[in-house]
Amino acid sequence: MNVKKLLSNRSFKSISASIFAILFGLLIGYLILLISNPAQATRGFIIILNGGFNGGLRGVGNMLHNAMPIILTGLSVGFAFKTGLFNIGASGQFILGAFTAIFIGVRWTFIPTEVLWIVALVGAMLAGALWGAIAGVLKAFRNVNEVITSIMLNYIGMYLVNFLVVSTVFDLTRNQSISPINAYLPSGGMDILFPFSSANIGIILAVVVAVLMYVILEKTTFGFELKAVGYNREASRYAGINEKKSIILSMMIAGALAGLGGGLLYLSNTGKHIEVVDILASEGFNGIPVALLGLSNPIGIIFSGLFVGHMNMGGFYMQRLRFVPEVIDIMIAIIIYFSALSLAFKSSIENLARKLGGRTK
Amino acid sequence: MTLSTFYFLVQQTMFYSIPLLIVAIGGMYSERSGVVNIALEGIMIIGAFVSIFFMNQMQSTMSGQWLLVLAMLIAAGTGMILSFFHAYASINMKANQVISGTALNLFAPAFAIFTARMLIGVQQVTFMNTYRIPEVPVLSAIPILGDLLFKNTYLTTFVGFAILIVATIVLYKTRFGLRLRACGEHPQAADAAGVSVKKMRYIGVLISGALAGLGGLVLMVPVTTAFDGQVAGYGFLALAVLIFGQWRPGRILFAAFFFGLMKTISAAYTGIPVLLALGIPSYMFKMTPYLATIIILTFTSKKSAAPKAAGEPYDAGKR
Repeated sequence: MNVKKLLSNRSFKSISASIFAILFGLLIGYLILLISNPAQATRGFIIILNGGFNGGLRGVGNMLHNAMPIILTGLSVGFAFKTGLFNIGASGQFILGAFTAIFIGVRWTFIPTEVLWIVALVGAMLAGALWGAIAGVLKAFRNVNEVITSIMLNYIGMYLVNFLVVSTVFDLTRNQSISPINAYLPSGGMDILFPFSSANIGIILAVVVAVLMYVILEKTTFGFELKAVGYNREASRYAGINEKKSIILSMMIAGALAGLGGGLLYLSNTGKHIEVVDILASEGFNGIPVALLGLSNPIGIIFSGLFVGHMNMGGFYMQRLRFVPEVIDIMIAIIIYFSALSLAFKSSIENLARKLGGRTK
Repeated sequence: MTLSTFYFLVQQTMFYSIPLLIVAIGGMYSERSGVVNIALEGIMIIGAFVSIFFMNQMQSTMSGQWLLVLAMLIAAGTGMILSFFHAYASINMKANQVISGTALNLFAPAFAIFTARMLIGVQQVTFMNTYRIPEVPVLSAIPILGDLLFKNTYLTTFVGFAILIVATIVLYKTRFGLRLRACGEHPQAADAAGVSVKKMRYIGVLISGALAGLGGLVLMVPVTTAFDGQVAGYGFLALAVLIFGQWRPGRILFAAFFFGLMKTISAAYTGIPVLLALGIPSYMFKMTPYLATIIILTFTSKKSAAPKAAGEPYDAGKR
């Protein structure tokens, strides 16, 4: 029967495991709301579920803008995951991309304004790629654990960017970077669809890049090689793949994605500036749940990024009822935890398929 | 640099190194039993939060070293509870240990901030520092060593060293330690010899949770009087110390002090005329511990002595 076949299908199992994880997370979130403010809990929960829609079209636009950087950092982490690497360094790559974009936007006045934003974004990608390459080279040639290198590079990147901002593009009175007014991203029609929101061409670019990553990973030999190295480094070397080159290129692409995210966020005319404080860019870490929920699949990451953006907007609007928005982060953490248990879910679903009679794949 | 500056440097280094040491040893127990625990950062945060909150609530009625001891026990206990979730996911559910650890790292600061704001209205939990020991009686009179180790110190420093010694003895000189190590190198063989791999790994992870939770408190007490939900990446630094220390207690001690010294210099260099005169911007100093780690790891990672079975869920069916 078709139900059995559906239950045995691998993608169905993975997606339903993710959905179960989300439902669990939402449930526990609701319980937390109940504990903290029983009277308003249901209203608060409904606000979370409505996400960006709480603010109408403007809210939805803001949700898209919120999702944009984490889709890209999610792609960064997810792309690396697919190729067997844990890119916890997305934060450092992100902020380096952001700085490079701002620097080009502010200082490269010899480039015409029409294309300055494009040049700035390319610069952001190159900066992120460079940062990712460091971790990649150290892993490929010296077997240094890329998790540790990336964490170190996050901090080095943060301090370096703070130093560079103060040296080159500093707004002394506000302790932040100067606004790159000549390089602001065009709205790409988003201002018509979602008036008065922060949405701009960034979200469109994010989706396009995600599709591009999907094509590279699933439809090209290059992507196949990268994934092969991720599955089994020795076997792919035996098969003739240059695994050192693959690891380095993987990290460079992952770095470029995160850097692009940084560039897009800081070139949006939303009042976001690099503040010279010793705090790591959270967008880099927020990409990890997005990647995990999206099962490291670029298309899945688009949806999980939108989902997390939706939840974040819910948390934002929930503050009306005096709820603490960190509830959203707790819910996302719990969702990730349960998605880690998804192996258990997968076998439960297999048992269900078996009970319905017949064999499973 | 005067002698008193030197003593001051060493005393300060303790405050950065001991937490790294404690947490790294915890990480060592987990990884040598076979479970990768990257949730050390999150567990530190929760351990620090709960114990500091306890101090915040109790400091009007209790004070002094006994309150600290109680807080340390609470920190360790809380860390154990949180690590239980990681253990369950990694051992029972055979989940991806990196994802499970990441989930805990995401959970911890959110939980700390949320609970703080719910219970006391603000994100920061303050406490009074009544724990500084200006001079340990008798021992501080020892020339040189007395000034280095027994003045301007905290109980936590000695606890840290005690943990190091006990942990080393247990790991290398007891049957339990041998079995634990076996589970991390070749769990199938341990299983064949009758060792419960599951139980050993649980113990390993719970120990790492207890030590990470304790480490969070130990980090906060000497250096600040307010906790606001983060430990500035110390959990990850402890992982670096663990890897740098090649999973061995003696080397971990060296690595922890190397780091602690770098971090202290980057924070206190303005008091050292030689370094101040170099005119290097402060950001370069701040980068030093992290840069030094990468450089050293570049030279020491080629022959990594990681426990062979770390990170892989135990599959009894495999050879």
